[in-house]
Amino acid sequence: MSEVEILEGRQTEARADAPAVSTETRQAGPGPMADPQPKGTPIAISARDVSAWYGPKLAVSGISMEIAANAVTALIGPSGCGKSTYIRCFNRMHEFAPNARVGGQIFLEGDNIYAPKVDPARVRQRIGMVFQKPNPFPTMSIAENVAAGLRFQGIRSRSEIADRVESALKQAALWDEVKDDLKKPGMALSGGQQQRLCIARTIAVEPEVVLMDEPCSALDPVATLKVEDLMRELAERYTIVIVTHNMQQAARVSDYTAFLLMGDDGAGHLVEYGATQDLFTHPQDKRTEDYITGRFG
Amino acid sequence: MARELFNSEIRQLQDEVLALGSMAEKAMLDALESLRDGDAEWSRKIVEDDQYINRKRFEIEDRCIFVIASQQPMASDLRILASILYIITDIERIADHAEGIARINLLLGDEPLPRRLGYIPSMADRAVSMLRDSLKAYIERDVEAARRICDADDEVDRLQDSVYDECIRQMIADPSTIQRNTYLLWTAHNLERIADRCTNICERVIYLVTGHMVEINISKY
Repeated sequence: MSEVEILEGRQTEARADAPAVSTETRQAGPGPMADPQPKGTPIAISARDVSAWYGPKLAVSGISMEIAANAVTALIGPSGCGKSTYIRCFNRMHEFAPNARVGGQIFLEGDNIYAPKVDPARVRQRIGMVFQKPNPFPTMSIAENVAAGLRFQGIRSRSEIADRVESALKQAALWDEVKDDLKKPGMALSGGQQQRLCIARTIAVEPEVVLMDEPCSALDPVATLKVEDLMRELAERYTIVIVTHNMQQAARVSDYTAFLLMGDDGAGHLVEYGATQDLFTHPQDKRTEDYITGRFG
Repeated sequence: MARELFNSEIRQLQDEVLALGSMAEKAMLDALESLRDGDAEWSRKIVEDDQYINRKRFEIEDRCIFVIASQQPMASDLRILASILYIITDIERIADHAEGIARINLLLGDEPLPRRLGYIPSMADRAVSMLRDSLKAYIERDVEAARRICDADDEVDRLQDSVYDECIRQMIADPSTIQRNTYLLWTAHNLERIADRCTNICERVIYLVTGHMVEINISKY
């Protein structure tokens, strides 16, 4: 996939075969909502009226969000409200699910990632993902795990790979702990180290955005705090979008927070999107207030 | 409704805030009466009893911090607890000003009775009302009442001006009253500070309800 082909998708209309979002669905949502970033904030991802289906079932209903560049944006909400499905639309992973469909438009730095001819694999290089459970490649060493994406990109130079592995491990705050054991299996690391290894593997290919789907839910509190510190550091170079059930975590690490909730139609709707400090101290919507104060959910 | 344990903690803490408010109000009323009656014994007791108010404030603060640590409150719950921490500080300082008035009575010593206090009883009435009303606004989450109470602070400031004019006039007319009038000026200052503390409580009521921190009445003093 060449850059030219990617640019062909820039600001084009949505795919002709993308399902239309019904008026009824849009009315069920919260309606137009101002994005929380100050005017002039660089935007990495612009999601417009995004809906997602699993077969006939609508899972995400017409959600629009601007994701600020070099910031941490958190998505919170009860189980089943479509948070994970929504961010999986951002790097075209939702379409892996059987009969899954996406509607609306998503632009990455102005490029329509659902435009015809756009290679989903290239999108996933630009928008990496870290999952709930650390998933290092079991047969690979620590260094090979980090290099895997680079090799997939076709990089063969050993010195370049070694440099980028070291750089990624340093950025993931893991280098000092593993520099003498690079040939050991990735699976030999602790859970927290494995998750940082997965983060290193994700950032080794130098994505623009890193999506994190509950990245700390399988980690102990100390490992969780290390990953949270890391998120703040990584936000200086990357745009981070995190899905979390832990509201204190969202409050600690994110700059902006979006609250999603399942509507009467069984699909996820955006209820409120605001600066994290505002959303957690004086939310505008009673449903947000009830959720974050533990009154329901 | 979920979180019954937490809700009951909050209710209990709010009851404690009201109890602390009552203690401070009693200290104010007692201090003024002991000043008017020249009752040194009573004033000494007020000074001594201030420790119970301080202790109660620390107990509430301790409990509040524990609830924050254990319940990790958010949004309005967090604002309730943060407001309690501020309000109890203001109430405790109000009681300190009452103690200050009791100490002034001890300084006045053998001043002959009955004492002529001029505008001071009027100031005290308004300050006591402001404390009662601000705690009522707090419990009822009444933003409009909180704003109105702050306006009453202007009246307290005006009365303090009158006390000042009167005392200065007397000092000029009869220099032997300088010390007595200086003590009355100190008393008026304590009452003016009490009213200011009540406006702080009102500002916390507004924050508690709206989430916005506003300074609604900047005192002249």
